[in-house]
Amino acid sequence: MKVRYFAWMKRTVGLAEEEVTLPADVTTVGELVAWLRQRSGGHAEALAEGAAFGAAVDKRTVPFDAKLAGAQEVAFFPPFTGG
Amino acid sequence: MTVRVQESDFDVGAELDRLTSSNRRIGGLAVFVGLVRELHVREGYHRDRIDALTLEHYPGMTEAALEEIEAEAHRRWPLEATVIVHRYGRLEPGDRIVLVAVGSPHREAAFEACEFLVDWLKTKAPFWKLEDTPKGEKWVGAHAGDDRAAARWVKK
Repeated sequence: MKVRYFAWMKRTVGLAEEEVTLPADVTTVGELVAWLRQRSGGHAEALAEGAAFGAAVDKRTVPFDAKLAGAQEVAFFPPFTGG
Repeated sequence: MTVRVQESDFDVGAELDRLTSSNRRIGGLAVFVGLVRELHVREGYHRDRIDALTLEHYPGMTEAALEEIEAEAHRRWPLEATVIVHRYGRLEPGDRIVLVAVGSPHREAAFEACEFLVDWLKTKAPFWKLEDTPKGEKWVGAHAGDDRAAARWVKK
């Protein structure tokens, strides 16, 4: 599965995207966040509890309790500031 | 219904001509053009001068989100034509960022739908602004006023 980061999260993690193989006990977006935090200090900082960020699964915004089954791409990003 | 996400500038007149050509049912067009401001007001008082703005987006998701917002506007109002053009990349003060234009038989629907589209695209389309200021780069934070503006259109 591909994980992508946008805006300041990309800089903090130090990666725009990465391929990950999920352990069996990671089944939701929230569980993925907790699991990704262990990958590096940058991950832990960008995905810290209480940090303001959202998620999308296959390019649709989802809540953190969304299931990951069948997902090809998960993205994490700060609140949108377009317009 | 048209959505475009592009790096290059757009010609407002040409976009409006394209929107209304061959549709004689349109009686009014409401148009919003967003520009890069030279000064950014933070928390209502502190101001930073901006040298440039870089807009990042999420290709694929951006277009889908804008199309969804546009379809929602067509469900809510009797619209004849809509166009949303949003730029990304490096922009300087005075540059155009976004165009939202709505054509309807009557002005009320056009005005309301145009405001709705701008409010929702600010909170639902995946764009992020990075400001280049004399003090360095700064990611623009979400604005509570934008969330309040978008919330006005949530159906109860």
